[in-house]
Amino acid sequence: MCLAIPGKVLEIERNAQGLRMGRTNFGGIVKQVCLDYTPEVRVGDYVLVHVGFALSTVDEEEAERTYRLLAEMKQLGEIETPDAELTALATQGSAP
Amino acid sequence: MKYIDEYRSADLAAKLAAEIRRVVTRPWVLMEVCGGQTHTIVKYGIDYLLPREVELVHGPGCPVCVTSLEMIDKAHAIARRPDVIFCSFGDMLRVPGSDSDLLILKSRGADIRVVYSPIDCLKIARANPGKKVVFFAIGFETTAPANAMSVWQAREQGITNFSVLVSHVLVPPAMEAILQSPNNRVQGLIGPGHVCTVMGCEEYEPIAARYHVPIVVTGFEPLDLLHGVLMTVQQLEAGRAEVENQYPRVVKREGNVAAKDLMQRVFEVCDRKWRGVGNIPQSGYRLRPEFHAHDAERIFQVELIATQESSICISGLVLRGAKKPHDCPAFGKECTPEHPLGATMVSAEGACAAYYAYGRHLQARPATREPELARP
Repeated sequence: MCLAIPGKVLEIERNAQGLRMGRTNFGGIVKQVCLDYTPEVRVGDYVLVHVGFALSTVDEEEAERTYRLLAEMKQLGEIETPDAELTALATQGSAP
Repeated sequence: MKYIDEYRSADLAAKLAAEIRRVVTRPWVLMEVCGGQTHTIVKYGIDYLLPREVELVHGPGCPVCVTSLEMIDKAHAIARRPDVIFCSFGDMLRVPGSDSDLLILKSRGADIRVVYSPIDCLKIARANPGKKVVFFAIGFETTAPANAMSVWQAREQGITNFSVLVSHVLVPPAMEAILQSPNNRVQGLIGPGHVCTVMGCEEYEPIAARYHVPIVVTGFEPLDLLHGVLMTVQQLEAGRAEVENQYPRVVKREGNVAAKDLMQRVFEVCDRKWRGVGNIPQSGYRLRPEFHAHDAERIFQVELIATQESSICISGLVLRGAKKPHDCPAFGKECTPEHPLGATMVSAEGACAAYYAYGRHLQARPATREPELARP
């Protein structure tokens, strides 16, 4: 229920009711999203959307920092003997 | 998709799991609070990747599951009325009340519509001035900004034939109810990332301090969850109990200030009954008096409905992390997603329904976990 997904804002305009709306692309599906709660959003930004409302701008720097941290952990892990069983489980688990 | 695919890397997941195995030295019980996180964990088998010492129990964070039977019956009574167009998120359609569900009512001629966003109801209300349009406003803090905006806009635009049946629930009081319980097993919490996107992290700090539990605000992709587990285990092993943010690409410490402001203008905190748990003081939202003209409970004055839950269902214990779906004698037998007996089976995000959807009812009941010896 608290599902929220990131989408890229393509265009911003005010609708007839005065709400700030963004045409937003979710991996090819384009939907209108209310941007009233994210006044900082500009065209090209990624927003996190829940039931038609952008709740947050995705912070690119923070995303990179988290990902770098995980990738560094990967390098640390490679020093150890790889656990074949674990890798097999993880591969199974990541099927779409 | 950007910001999704990179957080599903199998390679990195295995490394994170190895790191968790490296740091853990004794058994810990962690609870993920949000139903969306439960779904990810069971779908990707994240719990199978963890060392035996780390047990995940599933929390009460599925708003569809915890909506009380009385409220669902009330919704059905309103939806049956010929002068009403009843709008709901799709998740609520199959949730059984005492004698029916919204889908059955729809097949019998009730005008019931699924909406993607509560704001869509205003369009329906404008197009149907002779009808009363009612929206079933359920959800945690994540959904409250959208529901608040629909009521606010209805008032601003003078749409008088729109009302909401509010059954909002709040995470922090439920967390405290679990941690206070005498049979609580939870030692660390995987915090609900999207609730905190709205509310921020600050309100969790007193809880972490009072009950001495680490709370790690966590995202929803497999790597997020593994990373959240690692951060929680690191805190537990070090004897720390702090609020940390695993999900800073989305969650800010202060949350979404504009959203919180509108929610506070429209809603006020009230007591709320949770299905499977019971009444939790100050754990819900209701409309403020200035919005009573849009309050479906006041407009339709439905009589108090007496309800009865199944006597064998243990969903209350599952919602509090005291039991797992396999501990219930009815799980996967009398109780299935088609014929749910209780809260945790009624929605795909309930722990029992998630276990069922990914075939865990076909597996033998897992043996009681014996902690592995600590690795050197």
